[in-house]
Amino acid sequence: MANDRQYSNRKYVLGIIATLIVALYLIRLFSLQLMSDDFKRNADSNAFLRRIQFPARGAIRDRTGKLLVYNQPAYDIMVVMSEMKDVDTLDLCQSLGITREIFDRRMEEIKDRNRNPGYSSYTQQLFMNQLSAEEFSTFQEKLFRFPGFYIQKRSIRQYAHPNGAHILGDVGEVGPADIEADNYYQSGDYIGKLGVERSYERQLRGEKGVEILLRDARGRIKGNYQHGKFDRSPVPGKNLTLSIDLELQQLGERLMRGKLGSIVAIEPATGEVLCMVSSPTYDPRIMVGRQRGRNNRLLTADPMKPLLNRAIMGQYPPGSTFKTSQALTFLEEGIITPQTTYPCSHGFHFGRLTVGCHPHASPIPLIPTIATSCNGYFCWGLYYMLGNRKKYATVQEAMTTWKDYMVSMGFGYPLGIDLPGEKRGLIPNADFYDKHLGKSWNGLSVISIAIGQGEVNLTPLQIANLGATIANRGYYITPHVVKEVQGEELDTIYKTRHYTKASRQNYEVVVAGMRQAVVGGTCHAANNPWYEVCGKTGTAQNRGQDHSVFMGFAPKDDPKIAVAVYVENGGWGATYGVPFGALIMEKYINGKLSPASEEKAEAFANRTISYGSTER
Amino acid sequence: MASLDWVTIVIYIALLGLGWMSVCGATYDFGQEGNFFDLSTRSGMQIVWIASSFLLAGVLLAVDERYYDTFAYALYLGFMVLLLVTPFLAHDIKGSLSWIKIGKFSLQPAEFAKFATALCVAKYMGSNDFDISKRLHFVVSCFLILLPMVLIVMQKETGSALVYFAFFLMLYREGMPGAVLFTGVSAVIFFIVGVRFSEDALWGIHAISLGRFLVFLFIWLFAVGLMRVYTHHLPAVMHVFLYGGGLTLAALFFSKYVIPFDITWVQLGVCISMIVYLIYLAIKHHVIRYAYIALFVIGGLGLHYSADHLLNHTLQAHQRTRIRVLLGMEDDPRGVGYNVIQAKIAIGSGGLRGKGFLNGTQTKLKYVPEQETDFIFCTVGEEEGFLGCAVVLLLFLFLILRLIHLAERQPYASGRIYGYCVLSIFLFHVFINVGMVLGLTPVIGIPLPFFSYGGSSLWGFTILLFIFLRIDAGRNRFVRA
Repeated sequence: MANDRQYSNRKYVLGIIATLIVALYLIRLFSLQLMSDDFKRNADSNAFLRRIQFPARGAIRDRTGKLLVYNQPAYDIMVVMSEMKDVDTLDLCQSLGITREIFDRRMEEIKDRNRNPGYSSYTQQLFMNQLSAEEFSTFQEKLFRFPGFYIQKRSIRQYAHPNGAHILGDVGEVGPADIEADNYYQSGDYIGKLGVERSYERQLRGEKGVEILLRDARGRIKGNYQHGKFDRSPVPGKNLTLSIDLELQQLGERLMRGKLGSIVAIEPATGEVLCMVSSPTYDPRIMVGRQRGRNNRLLTADPMKPLLNRAIMGQYPPGSTFKTSQALTFLEEGIITPQTTYPCSHGFHFGRLTVGCHPHASPIPLIPTIATSCNGYFCWGLYYMLGNRKKYATVQEAMTTWKDYMVSMGFGYPLGIDLPGEKRGLIPNADFYDKHLGKSWNGLSVISIAIGQGEVNLTPLQIANLGATIANRGYYITPHVVKEVQGEELDTIYKTRHYTKASRQNYEVVVAGMRQAVVGGTCHAANNPWYEVCGKTGTAQNRGQDHSVFMGFAPKDDPKIAVAVYVENGGWGATYGVPFGALIMEKYINGKLSPASEEKAEAFANRTISYGSTER
Repeated sequence: MASLDWVTIVIYIALLGLGWMSVCGATYDFGQEGNFFDLSTRSGMQIVWIASSFLLAGVLLAVDERYYDTFAYALYLGFMVLLLVTPFLAHDIKGSLSWIKIGKFSLQPAEFAKFATALCVAKYMGSNDFDISKRLHFVVSCFLILLPMVLIVMQKETGSALVYFAFFLMLYREGMPGAVLFTGVSAVIFFIVGVRFSEDALWGIHAISLGRFLVFLFIWLFAVGLMRVYTHHLPAVMHVFLYGGGLTLAALFFSKYVIPFDITWVQLGVCISMIVYLIYLAIKHHVIRYAYIALFVIGGLGLHYSADHLLNHTLQAHQRTRIRVLLGMEDDPRGVGYNVIQAKIAIGSGGLRGKGFLNGTQTKLKYVPEQETDFIFCTVGEEEGFLGCAVVLLLFLFLILRLIHLAERQPYASGRIYGYCVLSIFLFHVFINVGMVLGLTPVIGIPLPFFSYGGSSLWGFTILLFIFLRIDAGRNRFVRA
C-alpha cells in the first residue's frame, strides 16, 4: 500500500498518453479525409468501371441518296487469362490463321504491365482486334472449345464504292493530340482523320453512352452502380448527305486515271460541290480495319502523293483561265472598255521584255481576246492599270486595288470549304513585291500575273469557284461538299452570297467572251447542240510540260454546273482540259454521256501521262 | 447493482452497436437481398456473438468477485497449459496455430489468456508483501507476463503476443522505474529512426547517414537527460553536454564547409568517451546510476549496429522489404503495401460525413483485405466519415479514461492492478489497430475491441471488462467491512 499514493500521479501520465494517441489519430483522419480529394478519386477509379457504349457513326450518302459510307460489324477477340484452361493452342491458332509465335508474343504483350497497364488476369483483355466476319467465322464455330476467350462486337467503317476517298476521308485511332484537344476522346477511340469524316466529326460521331459498373478488387463486375441511375445511353451519329454526285465523281476519276491533277465541279446557285477529283486517288476501302496502318504508310511514302487532295491542296498557276478575272478588274476600274483594243504581235513587247502569244488577228477588242486567249491584251491591261498615276498615287496602291479584286473573287485565302487542309493559293500584294523586288518595281516587273503565271497560284477549287462566280454574274457561295446534315441546319456560311468587286454588266462581257471561246475559239471542242457552254482554256507554263487547264460553265443563261479541270503536264488547255470539262458538263446536265462521248471518255481514261518517278 | 458502473456499460453497448453496423457494412455485398440477421452471414453471426457476450457479462456480474481472486492462479495455470498444448491441437489457419476447433466453432485461447494473466498478475502484485522495487518481485511479475507471450509466439501469433507489452503500462503505474519504460521507448525510437533514415544524407553531405547521425545524437541527448534527472551532479551533466555537443557541432561545420567527412565517427567517439566518463564517475562516487546510464548508452549503440546488421545481412529480402514498406521507405502498391494503401483510400474517400451505411464501395467491393476483422475501422471511415471515426475514437478514449478513474478508486491494489491491465490492453489494441489502418503503426494483426468480427475476441474483451466491473461493483463492501 505504501507506494499507492507515491505513484498515483502516474495515472495522469497514462491518461495523457491515451489522449495524445487519440488526438494524433484524429489529426491523421482529418488530413486523410478532409484535406485531399485524392483518396476519393482513387477510390472511384478503383470501384467504378465506366464502360463506354459506342454510338453508331453516321452514314454518308451522295446527293442522289446512294449510300457511300456505312458501318460494318467487326469482331474483337478478348481473353481472360485466369479462365484460360486446357486450350488447344494449335487449334486456336489455326482457326485464327496465326502462328504459334504470334500467339505467344501476343500473350506476353498482354501480360506485360509496361505495355498494358490495365492488365488483370480476371478481366477481358484484347487479344486480336477488328476481325472481319469471314476471318472470324471459323473461330466462332469453335469458340466453345476455347474457354476464357470472348468476342466483342465493334463496328468499322465500310465504303460502298472505291471513289471519293479524298472527300470521304477515313477514321483512325485518336492520337495524344486529339485527346489533349477534346476530352471527349479516350485512348483507343476512333476519330475522323481526313475528309468529311474529320470536318464533320462532331456530327458523325454521335454521343458516347456510359454504364457505371461496380468492379471488385479482382476486377469482376458486380452490377450497375445504383441500378443504373447514372448510366447514359449512346446517341447515334447524324447521317450526312453529300452534294457530290457519285456518278459524276466516278466519271471524273475515270478520266483522270493515269494523270495527275484535279477536276472540281460546283453547282453555281448553291455552291455545292458536285464532284471533286484528285488524281492519283486510292480506294478508301484499304483504309479500314487492321490494314489501315500499313496502307497509310504505303500511301504516305508514294512519290505521287495520293493522299494529297490536289483539288484543295494543290496550288497551281491558273494560266489563261485567270484572264477572266483580269478582264473584270480592268473593266470595273475603267482601265479598259469592252471596245478597247491593244496590239499583240505574237505577244507583248516592251523594251527587252517579251511575253509571247500565239498568232491571231491584232488588234482586237476584249471579247475576241478572251475567245482567242490573247496574252498581249492582258499584259497591256495590267501595265496600264499599275502605271495609272492619275487613279492610283503609287504602284503599291494600284497593286493593292488589284489584290482586293482578286481576294473578292475568292483567291489568296482558303475559300472555307468543309474539308480539312484547304490551301490558300497565292495572290501577291504590294508588300510581297516590295520585299522581293525592292521599292522600285512597276507593272512590267510583275506582268506575268496578268496571264495567270508568275507568282499567282490558285487551287483547282478556286478556279472552279471562279467559274461559278462568272456563271452567277458576280457572286459565289462558299463551296461545300455536305448538302445536308440529318436534323441540322446547314451552316449559314454555306448559304451566304459573296459578291465580288466587279459588277454584273462586266460579268456579262466576260460571259460573252467565254461563250465565244466555245463557239469559235480555244474551247470549240466543248461546243454541243444541247446547251450553251461557256469556257476558258489555260495552258500553264511550268518547269516541265505545260499544265492543261479548263474553266467553264453551262448552260450559259441558266448555269447548272461550273467546272475546273487541271491536268498536270497535260499540254495545251484544249488537249485534256476542254474535253474533260465538256464530258463532265454533259454527264451532269444530260444525266448520261452520248455514245460518242462515252467512247471519247473511255479513250481518255486509257491515256496516261508519264511523270517519271520524281517527287510531286 | 447500484454500485455497478453503468457509464462503462453504456459505452460498451454503444461500441458494440457501432461495431455491429460496421460488420454489416464490411460483409454486405451489393445486390444482396437477405437480411442482416441471417445466421449464414457474418452480421448475423456477430449478433450471436454479441448476444452471448451479454449473457456472459451477466454471468460474470453474478459471480462473487472474491472467486476471481481465489481462482486467479488456477486459471492462469490452466490457460498456460492450454496455450502450451494449443499448437498441437490447432488446425492451421493462414499459418497460425492458435485456433482450436470445438464442434462448429473455432476458439482462440490466446484471447482468453489475457484476462487470466491479468487476474494472476493482479493477485501476485496486489499481495501485501509485494514490493516492485525488490528485484525478485519485479522479475516474477515480468515472468508472469512474458510466459504467455512466449507461448503465443510459439503459436505463430506474434501480433497477439505483442499485446502483452501493454502490461508494462500497468507496471509503470505500479512503480516500475520510469527509466525502464523510457529505455523501451528509446529502443523503439533508435531502431525506427536508424533504419528509416539510413539512406538519407545529412545536410547534403553525402558521407553522413542521417539515420546514424540522429541515433547517435539521441543517444547522447537522452543520456544527458537521464544524468540530469537521476543524478544530482550538475557539473558532470554540463561536461557531457558542452563537450559532446560542441565537438559534434564543430565536426558538423568542418564537414559541411571544409572537408566533408563522416562525422558519425566523431559522435561515436563522444559516446565512447561518455561511457568511459560515466564508469569513472560510478567508481569515483560509488553511484550505480552512472553505470546504468553507461549501460543505456552501450545498449543504444549496440542496438543501432545490430539493427543495421539485421536489416542488411540477416533478414531475407522479403522480410527486409516488409520492414522498408512499413517504415515508408518504399512503395509497393501491389505487395506488402497494398493493405495499407487500400485502407487509406477507403478511409480517405469517406470525407466528413462518409458515404452512408452500406454505401461504401471500397469495402463492399473487397478492395480492403480483412475488412471485417483487422481492418474494420476502414468501414467506419468510409461509411461514417470523419465524424463517425471521431465518435468511435472518442468513445474509446472516454472508456479508457473512465477505466483509469475506476481503477484508481479501488480500495485494494489487486483491483487497481487488474483495472490497469484491462485499460492498458484496450489502449494497446486501439493504438496498434487504428494506427495500422491509418498507416501510422506497423501492420500487426490484432483486432479492434468490440468492432472486429469474431466470437473469441469479443468474448475475451467482454470477460476482461466485466470481471473488472464486478470487482469495481464490490469495492464498497470491503470498505464497510
